[in-house]
Amino acid sequence: MASEKTLTIAIMDAPYESANSTSALRIINAALEKGHNVNVFAYEGAVNLTMKAQQPHPNPVKGTSVEQEQHPTTKDWVASLFKLASTKDVKLDWVNCGLCVDERGAGDWIEGPRRGGPKDFLDASMASDATLVIPTK
Amino acid sequence: MANYLLIESRDPFDSSDSQYFPELVQGISDRGNDTVLFLVQNGVLPVRKGSKYSEAMSRLIRNKIKVLADSFSLKERAISNLVEGVEIADMDRLLDLLLEPGTKAIWH
Amino acid sequence: MPKILNIVETAYRATIEEQDDTVLWLTHMLKNAGADICVLLRANAVNYAVRGQDASGLSFGENRMTHSPEIDKDVATMIEKGVAVYLVDEDAVERGLSEGELLNGIRKIKRRELPELLDQHEQVWHW
Repeated sequence: MASEKTLTIAIMDAPYESANSTSALRIINAALEKGHNVNVFAYEGAVNLTMKAQQPHPNPVKGTSVEQEQHPTTKDWVASLFKLASTKDVKLDWVNCGLCVDERGAGDWIEGPRRGGPKDFLDASMASDATLVIPTK
Repeated sequence: MANYLLIESRDPFDSSDSQYFPELVQGISDRGNDTVLFLVQNGVLPVRKGSKYSEAMSRLIRNKIKVLADSFSLKERAISNLVEGVEIADMDRLLDLLLEPGTKAIWH
Repeated sequence: MPKILNIVETAYRATIEEQDDTVLWLTHMLKNAGADICVLLRANAVNYAVRGQDASGLSFGENRMTHSPEIDKDVATMIEKGVAVYLVDEDAVERGLSEGELLNGIRKIKRRELPELLDQHEQVWHW
């Protein structure tokens, strides 16, 4: 059952560069599981989290194949979060900052996110019960 | 008076700026605010007993500041012998604190 | 509208290719969108308040950068638009910055005054 509470979270880190990305997705996952609505503002490198072209790969150090390694992609994790939101009947609104997308060529993303900008973040924050900014270093 | 949820993700050994956040946490608490320090990622490293920075954690706890450490981050780093008074918590707890009305959340 | 404090503490992160500091730019955009917002510069970001920053002159092969960031001008514009820009005094002193080097309108605060500044804002966003 939806909690009627909404969290807005701003993230900046590109995938595979910082522990912040995993922590952010853990927080979003936990929030959706608890029935909260979540707004995400993906700024700068974080727009790369949802790129459709991400591919898993084998691991030559461990000698594993693609199938064995089951290498995660952040776009699959985010897709799962959208599915979780749907299952829980809560809203996950994921905004990729448009200009950040343009300069990175990150415009081909999975189903779910939408293009937006700083005003979306401000509006979401003002309408939320809590706002968390996870900065990059 | 407000609620503050201060989240430290960084290892104090990473930079000489290591005093900033604990001092800010203490200063916020000294003003009468309800203050919780939530440690995550490399921010949990100081709670290993014997760490050079574990005294900084103990000092905050002695000053009645609640110090929580993310269970997954602790497990990831094989930290099981914690500074006394540090409470093990998870993201559910962080969320509850975050969504408490009147809470300011600051991630460092 | 709740009062927002943006804390900036990492300077010159990709500012050349971004042509801006991305958090100062975001602050401008949020202000334009109606936010009641101000900025605190701390750690090496106190250098953003220094007059005369010059990032011009870079080229990569034949590709010459024609529009460099002008962060001191961005900070000055912010102040003109009514955005309060605070700076941690001890961080500036430790970095050898003198009063005469800083932009007009910068508001210095002491480290011990940070909690009070945070208390004055409903939202504190640490970038």
